Amino acid sequence: MFFDTYKILRHQGKQFIPDITKAVLPTLFRGRPEISDEACSDGCSACADVCPTEAILLDPVRLDVGKCVFCKECVWACYKDKFSFTNDYKIATNVRERLIIAEGVIDPIKLDVLKVRKEIVKFFGRSLKLRQVSAGGDNSGEMELNACSNVNFDMGRWGIEWVASPRHSDGIVITGPITENMSEALQICYDAIPIPKIIILAGTDAISGGIFADSPAINRSFLDNHHVDLYVPGNPPHPLTFINGVLEMIRAKY
Amino acid sequence: MSFLAVNNNQTIHLKNIPILEYGEFISGIKELMANHNNHCASYFGFPEKNLTYQFIALIADDGEGDIKILSYILEDPANQQVESLTKEIPAFHIFEREIHENTGLGFINHPWLKPVRYAWNRTDKRKNLTNYPFYKLDGTESHEVGLGPIHAGVVEPGHFRFSCYGETVHHLEVHLGYQHRGVESLFLTKKSLLQRTILSESITGDTVVGHTIAFARNMELLYGIEENQKLALMRTIASELERIAAHVGNLSSVCQDIAYQLGSSVFGALRTSVINYFEWWCGNRFSKGLIRTGYNPYSFTTELREKLMKMLDDFELKYVEMSNAMFRLPSVQSRLEKTGTVTKEQAKIIGSVGLAAKITGIPRDIRNSHPYGYYKNVFYMPAIGKTGDAMAHTLVRDQEIKKSLRLIRYLVDDFEKHEKLDCDVRPDLKRKKMEPSTLSISLTEGWRGEICHVAVTNEEGELAAYKVKDPSIHNWFSLALALRGNEISDFPVCNKSYDLSYCGFDL
Repeated sequence: MFFDTYKILRHQGKQFIPDITKAVLPTLFRGRPEISDEACSDGCSACADVCPTEAILLDPVRLDVGKCVFCKECVWACYKDKFSFTNDYKIATNVRERLIIAEGVIDPIKLDVLKVRKEIVKFFGRSLKLRQVSAGGDNSGEMELNACSNVNFDMGRWGIEWVASPRHSDGIVITGPITENMSEALQICYDAIPIPKIIILAGTDAISGGIFADSPAINRSFLDNHHVDLYVPGNPPHPLTFINGVLEMIRAKY
Repeated sequence: MSFLAVNNNQTIHLKNIPILEYGEFISGIKELMANHNNHCASYFGFPEKNLTYQFIALIADDGEGDIKILSYILEDPANQQVESLTKEIPAFHIFEREIHENTGLGFINHPWLKPVRYAWNRTDKRKNLTNYPFYKLDGTESHEVGLGPIHAGVVEPGHFRFSCYGETVHHLEVHLGYQHRGVESLFLTKKSLLQRTILSESITGDTVVGHTIAFARNMELLYGIEENQKLALMRTIASELERIAAHVGNLSSVCQDIAYQLGSSVFGALRTSVINYFEWWCGNRFSKGLIRTGYNPYSFTTELREKLMKMLDDFELKYVEMSNAMFRLPSVQSRLEKTGTVTKEQAKIIGSVGLAAKITGIPRDIRNSHPYGYYKNVFYMPAIGKTGDAMAHTLVRDQEIKKSLRLIRYLVDDFEKHEKLDCDVRPDLKRKKMEPSTLSISLTEGWRGEICHVAVTNEEGELAAYKVKDPSIHNWFSLALALRGNEISDFPVCNKSYDLSYCGFDL
């Protein structure tokens, strides 16, 4: 039995990604979108018409990554090939407006370090315990968040861990569009977390409601009353997006 | 009585469905359900016009491979009461509860006509999450333990109420609904095909391929598009890959729950290699974007095929040595064996499907009984267990992974036969309408079990109803039975080995 275990360990080798900030994803991965500044044909609204979640605004053309479900249909719909999705996965930010990509912008999406609360860096810089609350999430986001702590991504290296009880946690990570039926439990969970606490929205559904934005079964009033510390877009958010976003936040230097 | 029988992936004009009186309907159901090859694939009601509702039950026959349709019409069901089937055929309990919640139709003699998911458009708004009628256990040493909706781990919400006497759980009541997003009603209000496709991808994000194929097949049937062999083959490969990823991921979490760290880490890493392959294929680890109505947006190139074979060879080597080590370990065996046992008889009575049926020895598998797509060209013999406990779960998953690996290799070899076919061009649906007044049925086998999507169109060729059934609808009750006679500490292992969907149930 010992030799079996030894063989398995040998075959597995090193599984972790050594430098989480430099990992490269396949070119097909749909990360940060770019919109070229080529002029549109007069009156063309092909991209906005096809978008399933009304994430595209016209005149000038902008794409809201917080609403985008990354279906790539705008890329195929545009007659001028204005849209493209890069494999840049570092798309988390703490300012909602920064998720709206304008024409001709090819800069990466970054956190506004000045807006990161001081106590986050002070208290959570080297240890952050998080409670995840799924409020209508479709389980892909939850699985990706689970994957953050597996042997490949291993965010425990930086002291970031999932905990079972809100009492042990420093913040909540919300997935899903926040259903009416879950809204009360979400509030109770948030209240149970000791101060200071943070809120992270993971996934398009959580940030804007995504495809469920106008569903009568959701209730997003929780977000009207609370400050969100980090937006992690994606459908579902890639573990690299989440880990890099959180690390940038807790290590923000003023 | 003779019944109207259709096949999987078939449309039928609403006019051709015989309308029965309710009395005939229940005697018909009883006659059919006396044969244990039959199970209810779906039973739902939808507004025909104004207050008149049509109710349709689909009884799938695993032996004959067809689906019998029974239907009745009621005016203003909210103010009507009919005889319940549940007392005689418990498998109908969830469907009758769902109909009661959505349409208000009363069922006389239903033993537990409790709310299902507290849908936003339920008829009785006085019923809400705070006043769910739990069962009570009385006695001097009896006690209850509530768990959830927020419970340990990164999982979806659900409430579990254990009724215990001493340390023994006598009943587990599963109370869901927290994940309800209004999927079925959004299928009707969202008008574009793309929006509906995105919705079907979001029914359960862990069974994207299974649900989206079911949806895409329905749309192809209603729009009159043919699914060619190449497209079917590609979809089949995707669905088998999804199965492997889900099963191996589940073995990882079961290992974690029984404190077997090596298994948890290695199976977790193996899952990563499979879902990362999806990222190479279509840019999303959960294959969102891969399945579309009538075409394949991401072609399955020679390079991708070679990459797949390489990935699978590496996967198989590492998987086989890990699973051999795991199943040989006495501590794994002693923790999983006789934990959460469900008998074959129980599974038959409650109408379990998919894994929950297979662990007890019922070979219920749509790929075998109602083949669709490329499964028509292959013979798939379902893997079955015997014992119905947590051990059977892991053993059936292990067998299914190995079968899927073989099947994918066979399918990739078959690819050259159909290479010349074209499935990369998006069909032009702008001026096309769906077939009016038609019902279309699409059954697929997701990794949890049988997925059933039913679409109904109105006279204008617009969707009048879209009914989604995830296998979890049948199987949550099986988890409740599994816990009986066990301890609460067995719950994590049982829950993880069933690994049922919350959002697929709540919709």
